[in-house]
Amino acid sequence: MTAWEAVLTICGLALITLLTRAFFLIPEREVPLPGWLQKGLRYAPLAALTAVVVPEVVLTQGHLIATWQDARLFAVSVSTAYFFWRRDILGTILTGTATMLALRLGLGW
Amino acid sequence: MSELSALWRHPEFRRGARDMSGIGLGLAAWGLVTGVAMVKSGLGVPLSLFMSLVVFSGSSQLASLPLIAAGAPIWVVWATAFCVNLRFVIFSAQWRPYFGHLPRRQRLALGYFTADLNYVVFMRRFPRPQPEPGQTQYFLGGVVTNWGAWQVPAIAGIVLADAVPTHWGLGFAGVLALLALIYSLLSDRKTWLAAAVAGSAAVAAFALPLKLNIVVAIAAAVAVGLLIDHGTRPPPMRAAEERP
Repeated sequence: MTAWEAVLTICGLALITLLTRAFFLIPEREVPLPGWLQKGLRYAPLAALTAVVVPEVVLTQGHLIATWQDARLFAVSVSTAYFFWRRDILGTILTGTATMLALRLGLGW
Repeated sequence: MSELSALWRHPEFRRGARDMSGIGLGLAAWGLVTGVAMVKSGLGVPLSLFMSLVVFSGSSQLASLPLIAAGAPIWVVWATAFCVNLRFVIFSAQWRPYFGHLPRRQRLALGYFTADLNYVVFMRRFPRPQPEPGQTQYFLGGVVTNWGAWQVPAIAGIVLADAVPTHWGLGFAGVLALLALIYSLLSDRKTWLAAAVAGSAAVAAFALPLKLNIVVAIAAAVAVGLLIDHGTRPPPMRAAEERP
Protein backbone atom coordinates (compact mmCIF):
# COMPACT_ATOMS: atom_id res chain seq x y z
CA MET A 1 0.00 0.00 0.00
CA THR A 2 1.46 3.36 -1.01
CA ALA A 3 1.43 6.32 1.36
CA TRP A 4 -1.41 7.96 -0.58
CA GLU A 5 -3.48 4.81 -0.48
CA ALA A 6 -2.90 4.70 3.26
CA VAL A 7 -4.05 8.33 3.59
CA LEU A 8 -7.17 7.54 1.55
CA THR A 9 -7.84 4.46 3.70
CA ILE A 10 -7.48 6.47 6.90
CA CYS A 11 -9.77 9.26 5.62
CA GLY A 12 -12.35 6.59 4.81
CA LEU A 13 -11.99 5.15 8.32
CA ALA A 14 -12.61 8.60 9.81
CA LEU A 15 -15.74 8.90 7.68
CA ILE A 16 -16.87 5.47 8.93
CA THR A 17 -16.40 6.64 12.52
CA LEU A 18 -18.65 9.61 11.80
CA LEU A 19 -21.20 7.62 9.80
CA THR A 20 -21.65 4.83 12.35
CA ARG A 21 -21.62 6.99 15.46
CA ALA A 22 -24.03 9.56 14.03
CA PHE A 23 -26.10 7.04 12.04
CA PHE A 24 -29.58 7.75 13.44
CA LEU A 25 -28.69 11.40 14.03
CA ILE A 26 -28.18 12.07 10.30
CA PRO A 27 -31.79 12.18 8.98
CA GLU A 28 -33.81 15.35 9.66
CA ARG A 29 -36.88 13.36 10.66
CA GLU A 30 -36.67 10.79 13.38
CA VAL A 31 -36.57 7.23 12.06
CA PRO A 32 -39.37 5.57 14.01
CA LEU A 33 -38.21 2.55 15.98
CA PRO A 34 -40.87 0.28 17.48
CA GLY A 35 -41.39 0.86 21.19
CA TRP A 36 -40.40 -2.67 22.19
CA LEU A 37 -37.07 -2.28 20.41
CA GLN A 38 -36.39 1.05 22.11
CA LYS A 39 -37.09 -0.57 25.47
CA GLY A 40 -34.88 -3.53 24.67
CA LEU A 41 -32.01 -1.31 23.59
CA ARG A 42 -31.65 -0.17 27.20
CA TYR A 43 -29.57 -3.31 27.65
CA ALA A 44 -27.32 -2.49 24.69
CA PRO A 45 -24.57 -0.51 26.48
CA LEU A 46 -24.15 -3.09 29.22
CA ALA A 47 -24.18 -5.88 26.63
CA ALA A 48 -21.62 -4.18 24.39
CA LEU A 49 -19.22 -3.55 27.27
CA THR A 50 -19.57 -7.10 28.56
CA ALA A 51 -19.06 -8.48 25.08
CA VAL A 52 -15.78 -6.59 24.79
CA VAL A 53 -14.50 -7.42 28.28
CA VAL A 54 -15.31 -11.11 28.84
CA PRO A 55 -13.37 -12.48 25.82
CA GLU A 56 -10.40 -10.29 26.81
CA VAL A 57 -10.37 -12.01 30.21
CA VAL A 58 -11.18 -15.66 29.52
CA LEU A 59 -9.76 -16.25 26.01
CA THR A 60 -6.20 -16.62 24.75
CA GLN A 61 -5.87 -16.69 20.95
CA GLY A 62 -9.56 -17.57 20.73
CA HIS A 63 -9.43 -20.48 23.20
CA LEU A 64 -10.63 -20.60 26.81
CA ILE A 65 -7.67 -20.29 29.14
CA ALA A 66 -6.66 -23.67 30.52
CA THR A 67 -4.41 -22.62 33.40
CA TRP A 68 -5.10 -20.76 36.62
CA GLN A 69 -1.63 -19.19 36.40
CA ASP A 70 -2.93 -16.31 34.35
CA ALA A 71 -2.36 -12.82 35.71
CA ARG A 72 -5.62 -11.62 34.18
CA LEU A 73 -7.77 -13.87 36.41
CA PHE A 74 -6.13 -12.55 39.56
CA ALA A 75 -6.25 -8.94 38.39
CA VAL A 76 -9.98 -9.30 37.68
CA SER A 77 -10.63 -11.00 41.04
CA VAL A 78 -8.84 -8.25 42.96
CA SER A 79 -10.60 -5.53 40.95
CA THR A 80 -13.97 -7.17 41.46
CA ALA A 81 -13.47 -7.47 45.21
CA TYR A 82 -12.32 -3.85 45.41
CA PHE A 83 -15.25 -2.55 43.39
CA PHE A 84 -17.90 -4.25 45.52
CA TRP A 85 -16.10 -3.13 48.66
CA ARG A 86 -15.64 0.53 47.74
CA ARG A 87 -17.71 1.17 44.55
CA ASP A 88 -14.85 3.28 43.24
CA ILE A 89 -13.83 3.04 39.58
CA LEU A 90 -10.34 4.53 39.87
CA GLY A 91 -9.37 2.21 42.75
CA THR A 92 -10.75 -0.75 40.81
CA ILE A 93 -8.42 0.03 37.91
CA LEU A 94 -5.41 0.68 40.14
CA THR A 95 -5.69 -2.43 42.33
CA GLY A 96 -6.20 -4.70 39.31
CA THR A 97 -3.35 -3.16 37.35
CA ALA A 98 -1.03 -3.40 40.36
CA THR A 99 -1.91 -7.10 40.71
CA MET A 100 -1.27 -7.58 37.01
CA LEU A 101 2.14 -5.90 37.12
CA ALA A 102 3.18 -7.78 40.28
CA LEU A 103 2.37 -11.16 38.73
CA ARG A 104 3.79 -10.33 35.29
CA LEU A 105 7.03 -8.77 36.52
CA GLY A 106 7.44 -10.67 39.79
CA LEU A 107 6.45 -14.19 38.77
CA GLY A 108 6.78 -13.89 35.00
CA TRP A 109 3.20 -15.06 34.27
CA MET B 1 -14.52 33.06 23.43
CA SER B 2 -17.00 34.08 26.12
CA GLU B 3 -19.16 31.16 24.99
CA LEU B 4 -16.24 28.81 25.52
CA SER B 5 -15.42 30.09 28.98
CA ALA B 6 -19.12 29.93 29.91
CA LEU B 7 -19.10 26.30 28.81
CA TRP B 8 -15.93 25.67 30.79
CA ARG B 9 -17.52 27.04 33.96
CA HIS B 10 -20.87 25.32 33.47
CA PRO B 11 -21.50 22.94 36.40
CA GLU B 12 -22.73 20.17 34.10
CA PHE B 13 -19.57 20.46 31.98
CA ARG B 14 -17.50 20.03 35.14
CA ARG B 15 -19.62 17.13 36.26
CA GLY B 16 -19.33 15.44 32.86
CA ALA B 17 -15.56 15.85 32.97
CA ARG B 18 -15.38 14.50 36.53
CA ASP B 19 -17.56 11.47 35.81
CA MET B 20 -15.24 10.53 32.95
CA SER B 21 -11.96 11.14 34.75
CA GLY B 22 -12.01 8.01 36.96
CA ILE B 23 -12.29 5.77 33.93
CA GLY B 24 -9.85 8.02 32.08
CA LEU B 25 -6.83 6.35 33.63
CA GLY B 26 -7.75 2.96 32.22
CA LEU B 27 -8.54 4.56 28.90
CA ALA B 28 -5.14 6.27 28.91
CA ALA B 29 -3.31 2.97 29.37
CA TRP B 30 -5.30 1.56 26.50
CA GLY B 31 -4.58 4.57 24.29
CA LEU B 32 -0.87 4.20 24.99
CA VAL B 33 -0.88 0.55 23.97
CA THR B 34 -2.90 1.34 20.83
CA GLY B 35 -0.41 4.04 19.88
CA VAL B 36 2.46 1.58 20.21
CA ALA B 37 0.55 -1.04 18.21
CA MET B 38 -0.01 1.42 15.36
CA VAL B 39 3.68 2.11 14.91
CA LYS B 40 4.69 -1.52 15.44
CA SER B 41 2.32 -2.60 12.65
CA GLY B 42 4.57 -0.69 10.26
CA LEU B 43 2.34 2.31 9.63
CA GLY B 44 5.06 4.82 10.46
CA VAL B 45 4.91 7.77 12.83
CA PRO B 46 3.25 10.45 10.60
CA LEU B 47 0.46 8.19 9.37
CA SER B 48 -0.08 6.79 12.87
CA LEU B 49 -0.51 10.31 14.24
CA PHE B 50 -2.90 11.13 11.41
CA MET B 51 -4.90 7.97 12.03
CA SER B 52 -5.14 8.48 15.77
CA LEU B 53 -6.29 12.08 15.41
CA VAL B 54 -8.91 11.66 12.68
CA VAL B 55 -10.26 8.12 13.16
CA PHE B 56 -10.58 8.35 16.97
CA SER B 57 -11.96 4.85 17.39
CA GLY B 58 -9.64 2.40 19.11
CA SER B 59 -11.43 -0.79 18.14
CA SER B 60 -11.67 0.00 14.43
CA GLN B 61 -8.06 1.23 14.38
CA LEU B 62 -6.82 -2.00 15.95
CA ALA B 63 -8.96 -4.09 13.59
CA SER B 64 -7.81 -2.31 10.43
CA LEU B 65 -4.08 -2.08 11.23
CA PRO B 66 -3.17 -5.69 10.39
CA LEU B 67 -5.20 -5.42 7.17
CA ILE B 68 -3.40 -2.24 6.12
CA ALA B 69 -0.06 -3.85 6.98
CA ALA B 70 -0.94 -6.91 4.89
CA GLY B 71 -1.89 -4.71 1.93
CA ALA B 72 -5.56 -5.78 1.91
CA PRO B 73 -7.88 -4.01 -0.59
CA ILE B 74 -9.11 -0.69 0.78
CA TRP B 75 -12.77 -1.75 0.69
CA VAL B 76 -11.96 -4.76 2.89
CA VAL B 77 -10.41 -2.43 5.48
CA TRP B 78 -13.47 -0.17 5.35
CA ALA B 79 -15.95 -3.06 5.56
CA THR B 80 -14.10 -4.44 8.59
CA ALA B 81 -14.12 -1.09 10.36
CA PHE B 82 -17.81 -0.67 9.61
CA CYS B 83 -18.70 -4.04 11.14
CA VAL B 84 -16.53 -3.40 14.19
CA ASN B 85 -18.36 -0.07 14.61
CA LEU B 86 -21.86 -1.52 14.18
CA ARG B 87 -22.50 -1.13 17.90
CA PHE B 88 -22.29 2.64 17.43
CA VAL B 89 -25.19 2.44 14.95
CA ILE B 90 -27.24 0.84 17.72
CA PHE B 91 -26.09 3.49 20.20
CA SER B 92 -26.94 6.32 17.79
CA ALA B 93 -30.62 5.37 17.91
CA GLN B 94 -30.38 5.96 21.66
CA TRP B 95 -28.76 9.37 21.19
CA ARG B 96 -31.58 10.58 18.94
CA PRO B 97 -34.09 11.51 21.71
CA TYR B 98 -31.45 13.66 23.41
CA PHE B 99 -29.90 15.41 20.42
CA GLY B 100 -32.66 15.14 17.77
CA HIS B 101 -33.79 18.74 18.30
CA LEU B 102 -30.36 20.22 17.43
CA PRO B 103 -29.38 21.37 13.91
CA ARG B 104 -27.91 18.62 11.75
CA ARG B 105 -24.40 20.07 11.74
CA GLN B 106 -24.33 19.94 15.53
CA ARG B 107 -25.84 16.47 15.58
CA LEU B 108 -23.06 15.22 13.33
CA ALA B 109 -20.36 16.95 15.37
CA LEU B 110 -21.68 15.51 18.64
CA GLY B 111 -22.18 12.11 17.00
CA TYR B 112 -18.55 11.88 15.91
CA PHE B 113 -17.43 12.06 19.55
CA THR B 114 -19.90 9.53 20.97
CA ALA B 115 -17.39 6.87 21.97
CA ASP B 116 -18.42 3.87 24.10
CA LEU B 117 -17.57 5.45 27.42
CA ASN B 118 -19.38 8.71 26.64
CA TYR B 119 -22.45 6.68 25.84
CA VAL B 120 -22.42 4.64 29.03
CA VAL B 121 -21.62 7.55 31.33
CA PHE B 122 -24.18 9.87 29.71
CA MET B 123 -26.98 7.30 29.82
CA ARG B 124 -26.30 6.72 33.50
CA ARG B 125 -26.55 10.46 34.19
CA PHE B 126 -29.67 11.04 32.03
CA PRO B 127 -31.63 7.78 32.01
CA ARG B 128 -34.82 9.42 30.71
CA PRO B 129 -34.70 9.71 26.90
CA GLN B 130 -35.74 13.33 26.54
CA PRO B 131 -33.94 16.67 26.17
CA GLU B 132 -33.08 18.35 29.46
CA PRO B 133 -31.06 21.47 30.23
CA GLY B 134 -27.35 20.84 30.78
CA GLN B 135 -27.17 17.69 28.65
CA THR B 136 -24.99 19.16 25.91
CA GLN B 137 -22.64 20.69 28.50
CA TYR B 138 -22.43 17.41 30.40
CA PHE B 139 -21.76 15.55 27.16
CA LEU B 140 -19.03 17.97 26.11
CA GLY B 141 -17.33 17.76 29.51
CA GLY B 142 -17.13 14.00 29.07
CA VAL B 143 -15.97 14.33 25.46
CA VAL B 144 -13.11 16.69 26.28
CA THR B 145 -11.88 14.39 29.06
CA ASN B 146 -12.35 11.26 27.00
CA TRP B 147 -10.64 12.74 23.94
CA GLY B 148 -7.65 13.98 25.93
CA ALA B 149 -7.34 10.79 27.99
CA TRP B 150 -7.22 8.84 24.72
CA GLN B 151 -5.24 11.07 22.35
CA VAL B 152 -2.42 12.27 24.61
CA PRO B 153 -1.26 8.76 25.62
CA ALA B 154 -1.90 7.47 22.09
CA ILE B 155 0.42 10.13 20.67
CA ALA B 156 2.95 9.38 23.42
CA GLY B 157 2.75 5.70 22.44
CA ILE B 158 3.31 6.51 18.78
CA VAL B 159 6.31 8.72 19.45
CA LEU B 160 7.86 6.54 22.16
CA ALA B 161 6.88 3.17 20.64
CA ASP B 162 10.22 1.51 21.26
CA ALA B 163 10.48 2.67 24.87
CA VAL B 164 7.06 1.43 26.04
CA PRO B 165 7.18 -2.07 27.55
CA THR B 166 4.18 -3.87 26.02
CA HIS B 167 4.82 -7.17 27.83
CA TRP B 168 3.78 -5.59 31.12
CA GLY B 169 0.17 -5.95 30.07
CA LEU B 170 -0.63 -2.26 30.65
CA GLY B 171 -3.42 -2.44 28.10
CA PHE B 172 -5.32 -4.60 30.56
CA ALA B 173 -5.98 -1.46 32.60
CA GLY B 174 -8.43 -0.51 29.84
CA VAL B 175 -10.26 -3.81 30.29
CA LEU B 176 -10.39 -3.21 34.05
CA ALA B 177 -11.85 0.26 33.46
CA LEU B 178 -14.63 -1.24 31.36
CA LEU B 179 -15.12 -3.92 34.01
CA ALA B 180 -15.66 -1.29 36.69
CA LEU B 181 -18.13 0.44 34.41
CA ILE B 182 -20.03 -2.81 33.86
CA TYR B 183 -20.26 -3.39 37.61
CA SER B 184 -21.61 0.11 38.12
CA LEU B 185 -24.39 -0.66 35.61
CA LEU B 186 -25.47 -3.88 37.37
CA SER B 187 -28.42 -2.64 39.38
CA ASP B 188 -30.78 -5.61 39.58
CA ARG B 189 -31.29 -9.23 38.51
CA LYS B 190 -32.35 -8.20 35.00
CA THR B 191 -29.11 -6.38 34.32
CA TRP B 192 -27.03 -9.22 35.82
CA LEU B 193 -28.81 -11.67 33.56
CA ALA B 194 -28.40 -9.44 30.48
CA ALA B 195 -24.67 -9.14 31.21
CA ALA B 196 -24.29 -12.89 31.74
CA VAL B 197 -26.05 -13.61 28.45
CA ALA B 198 -23.99 -11.01 26.58
CA GLY B 199 -20.73 -12.36 28.04
CA SER B 200 -21.53 -15.98 27.14
CA ALA B 201 -22.73 -15.02 23.66
CA ALA B 202 -19.58 -12.98 23.01
CA VAL B 203 -17.39 -15.96 23.97
CA ALA B 204 -19.52 -18.51 22.12
CA ALA B 205 -19.58 -16.40 18.95
CA PHE B 206 -15.94 -15.33 19.22
CA ALA B 207 -14.97 -17.26 16.08
CA LEU B 208 -17.13 -14.97 13.92
CA PRO B 209 -15.12 -12.58 11.75
CA LEU B 210 -15.10 -8.77 12.05
CA LYS B 211 -15.88 -8.73 15.80
CA LEU B 212 -19.46 -9.59 14.93
CA ASN B 213 -19.59 -11.49 18.24
CA ILE B 214 -20.21 -8.10 19.87
CA VAL B 215 -23.30 -7.52 17.72
CA VAL B 216 -24.48 -11.08 18.45
CA ALA B 217 -24.01 -10.45 22.17
CA ILE B 218 -26.00 -7.20 22.06
CA ALA B 219 -28.82 -8.92 20.14
CA ALA B 220 -28.89 -11.83 22.61
CA ALA B 221 -28.94 -9.54 25.67
CA VAL B 222 -31.64 -7.30 24.19
CA ALA B 223 -33.74 -10.37 23.31
CA VAL B 224 -33.42 -11.77 26.83
CA GLY B 225 -34.14 -8.35 28.32
CA LEU B 226 -37.34 -8.14 26.29
CA LEU B 227 -38.35 -11.64 27.37
CA ILE B 228 -37.96 -10.74 31.04
CA ASP B 229 -39.80 -7.46 30.57
CA HIS B 230 -42.70 -9.41 29.13
CA GLY B 231 -42.79 -11.58 32.24
CA THR B 232 -41.75 -14.72 30.44
CA ARG B 233 -39.39 -16.98 32.31
CA PRO B 234 -35.88 -16.45 30.92
CA PRO B 235 -33.68 -19.38 29.96
CA PRO B 236 -31.61 -20.62 32.91
CA MET B 237 -28.23 -19.02 33.39
CA ARG B 238 -25.37 -21.11 32.11
CA ALA B 239 -22.14 -22.25 33.71
CA ALA B 240 -19.41 -20.10 35.18
CA GLU B 241 -17.46 -19.49 31.97
CA GLU B 242 -19.07 -16.07 31.44
CA ARG B 243 -18.18 -14.70 34.85
CA PRO B 244 -16.20 -11.54 34.26
